[in-house]
Amino acid sequence: MDQTGRSLISLEGLNREDILWLLGHAAKFEANPNSKILDGKIVATLFFEPSTRTRLSFETAVNRLGGRVIGFSDAATTSSSKGETLKDTIMMVSNYADLIIMRHYLEGAARYASEVSPVPIINAGDGANQHPSQTMLDLYSMLKTQGRLDDLNIYLVGDLKYGRTVHSMLTAMRFFNPTFHFISPDELKMPEEYKEYCRNNGIKFQEHTSLDEETIADADILYMTRVQRERFTDLMEYERVKDMFILRNEMLRSAKPNLKILHPLPRVNEIAQDVDANPHAYYFQQAKNGLFVREALICNALNLLK
Amino acid sequence: MEKSAKSELLVAALENGTVIDHIPSDKVFDVVNLLGLTGINTPITIGANLSSKKMGSKGIIKIADKYFTEKECSKLSVIAPNIVLNIIRDYEVVEKKRIAMPDEVRGIVKCGNPKCITNHEPMQTVFDVVDKRNGTLRCRYCNKDIHKGDIKLL
Repeated sequence: MDQTGRSLISLEGLNREDILWLLGHAAKFEANPNSKILDGKIVATLFFEPSTRTRLSFETAVNRLGGRVIGFSDAATTSSSKGETLKDTIMMVSNYADLIIMRHYLEGAARYASEVSPVPIINAGDGANQHPSQTMLDLYSMLKTQGRLDDLNIYLVGDLKYGRTVHSMLTAMRFFNPTFHFISPDELKMPEEYKEYCRNNGIKFQEHTSLDEETIADADILYMTRVQRERFTDLMEYERVKDMFILRNEMLRSAKPNLKILHPLPRVNEIAQDVDANPHAYYFQQAKNGLFVREALICNALNLLK
Repeated sequence: MEKSAKSELLVAALENGTVIDHIPSDKVFDVVNLLGLTGINTPITIGANLSSKKMGSKGIIKIADKYFTEKECSKLSVIAPNIVLNIIRDYEVVEKKRIAMPDEVRGIVKCGNPKCITNHEPMQTVFDVVDKRNGTLRCRYCNKDIHKGDIKLL
């Protein structure tokens, strides 16, 4: 691992064994989510940018393992609004806490924090850059539902241009011989640099421009993301395509029995409500898996995993 | 040697020091800044928009009684990889140094991503040189690439 100390900034430095080892620990936490392993530890959650879901998941993880949480959920109430540098905030908080979990709106903030901090840092999202705990919970959800990470047919749908989660998934899955299918409107296609990455790493992929029953019939994993209005330069184009990338229940008639539908949430309208009751739908359980994965990541950062 | 002799005649010959040749005309003052030449007390001759067979137009800088380290020279590679440094001793060129692209570039280049932490904190920028041939840099913080033509100095 190229991480500074036990910090987790991105998944870039993790190899196949590291990933499977962490996911194995997540499974142990799922079997036994409550313990006192963090007894006496204080974890700071510094959310310079609000994110209810991620923050609650990390804080629940600390609480279930017997640790205590300090922190803030809105930078407007902190001294960074008075012009304090990130470095000063991190140095101050590291006097109090054993571990810092941070989300920041600036890209690279977590890496910089890990360079100046004497305690480990977990990156809970830095702008459009990295969000490693989300990718780990995506991988955990795939492993748990499919029984393996190797040789999966993974269909990525929606905003493949700006979607941070889909880009990290390409990187993390390079050890597991996946076949990717990219389904997106033309304006939000997978950027050339990521396709180049796939070619360089021997990752197979195909591109599609429509979401329909036939296209997704061979999928093991259908990973949906939101097509956001503000991403379009041409709003006419948005109006034209916005309903073309909505997953509806009837599209799942030919689906493989093992197909699971994932979504990093929040969902707006890209998965129709009638899909929720379909046994293929997995996005709410996926969010729950985030708890076990984060329990493992926190304990790993504190060097508590054997 | 014949062809460069002509342009070098425009400025005084150097007894000892460094002649930086083949500088793209629009990068002459970037070289001045990168090498910190404004803080040097020895005679400096700066030539810009001189005619060059290879480049059409080029710049030359002559610095008397001054030699540069490898590290100082490698800084120049981010703006002009084809620059040549002629080391002069007793009016003779004793060495022609070409610049090697370093593996990393620290504290020289500005990250082009306005949302990168390096543009908001009082800190040093660090780039990994991911493509030496095409001069592509990758910010170690935000992971965004900068291509040769878009490189801006701090």
